[in-house]
Amino acid sequence: MKINIPTPLRAYTGGQQTVSVPGANVAEALQALTAAYADLRNHLYTPEGKLRSFVNLYLNDDDIRYLPQKESTPVEESDELTIIPSIAGGVATICN
Amino acid sequence: MRAKDIKMATSTLPEIELPKLSNDEISRYSRHLILPEVGMEGQQKLKAAKVLCVGTGGLGAPLALYLAAAGVGTLGLVDFDTVDASNLQRQIIHSTATVGKLKVDSAEIMLKALNPYMNVVKHNTMLTSANALEIFRDYDIIADGTDNFQTRYLVNDACVLLGKPNAYGSIFRFEGQASVFATETGPCYRCLYPEPPPPGLVPSCAEGGVLGILPGLVGVIQATEVIKLILGIGESLAGRLLLIDALTMHFRALKLRKNPDCPVCGTHPTVTALIDYDQFCGVEKPKSAGPLEVAQNQAVADAPVVDGIPQISVQELKRRIDAKEDVFVLDVREPYEVPIVNIGAPLIPLGDLPKRLDELTAQKDREIVVHCKSGGRSQKAALILKSAGFQHVANLAGGILAWADKIDPTLPKY
Repeated sequence: MKINIPTPLRAYTGGQQTVSVPGANVAEALQALTAAYADLRNHLYTPEGKLRSFVNLYLNDDDIRYLPQKESTPVEESDELTIIPSIAGGVATICN
Repeated sequence: MRAKDIKMATSTLPEIELPKLSNDEISRYSRHLILPEVGMEGQQKLKAAKVLCVGTGGLGAPLALYLAAAGVGTLGLVDFDTVDASNLQRQIIHSTATVGKLKVDSAEIMLKALNPYMNVVKHNTMLTSANALEIFRDYDIIADGTDNFQTRYLVNDACVLLGKPNAYGSIFRFEGQASVFATETGPCYRCLYPEPPPPGLVPSCAEGGVLGILPGLVGVIQATEVIKLILGIGESLAGRLLLIDALTMHFRALKLRKNPDCPVCGTHPTVTALIDYDQFCGVEKPKSAGPLEVAQNQAVADAPVVDGIPQISVQELKRRIDAKEDVFVLDVREPYEVPIVNIGAPLIPLGDLPKRLDELTAQKDREIVVHCKSGGRSQKAALILKSAGFQHVANLAGGILAWADKIDPTLPKY
């Protein structure tokens, strides 16, 4: 399936906007994504392996939190998973 | 659900007799007046409306300008900052002539020049848990154009507690988000983002820029939503999150749901008063009404030694170089910062430092002075070097900006 990577996380996918990964369900696809891009893991999951609460995942147009099977929802090759990051706005960070 | 939201939006306006338009105002707003969806009554609603813009920066600038042009009768502006030359790449409510002025004063000049038939209410203050409810109370709609997570949650919670809709926009580099939160039946910001990212996961300095046009695009979307709420027309973004990618020019609206377990707008709220948002977001409390960015990036304390790292002044570094003392200067900024200004030091960006320590093996016993833009990143780099066994590591206090200030005024500052 295709995973859309938001701008703040593209630094961890070598700048790629979309990544194609195998997987029979959402969790497997994410597993494949973080296996390929290890630095992403910390941004998507807590050290305990729980999906971080400020990361929103949409399977096509649906928030996976509200899908009956949540992360276990089966996916097809043609499905798209979109990661919605929390962005603060303005100039996101000012360097010092 | 949407129809109800729109009804709610109009009902937030005070039920007073709508103000009359003068002949000059009728001429000014004629392109609205001949648009049936606005018309005379709509224009009068705009004149009666009170909108608060939180922030007069990248998002707030186009937002406030368009609301003023459209004839919103009262615009409140919250900002504690002053205009800096680096703001003008995107904050079009300010101008070269107002650099150094308070942002609220600068914005008022532009707004009044554009439309003298409206009131500007200036709140020259940092929005805090202590003043937010009092400031918000006088307005019908709040437009959140802030730039940090603490204020995002503060604005959201205050809007939910007071029952005022929040026209939300945020941006990052080439990407924007917009929605309308905290309508009567719609979701709030916390339904989407129950918790902020921990400070360590907020994008780093290496990604601090923004395409100047993007806040213009997103701020105008916020203004559009505000106008629609006032007029009670169309479908508001309540219950939807608009994602904007300026590079691909893809716009996508995702459905948002109200979270019944939301701590602030859910059925059993646990947040029933404003909280300490600095603590909630895990950042240090701003010490004064100073720049938030300093608080967020934890500016290095003004002390001779910080966390075991000596802080050397630019004058001292200059003296050592002039005296031909053995000192190795290392630049830990990003590669794209080097062509802007540099003092000729070799570069290893902070993020690469842990895996490129071997390149510094030959310098291990030398005096190393680390520098960045203003001293924050280089302090972190110095700590990394120290824990890797480098014995003589110092941080250049104030970074290359201080060097440009005090040693070589021909250098540009950015």
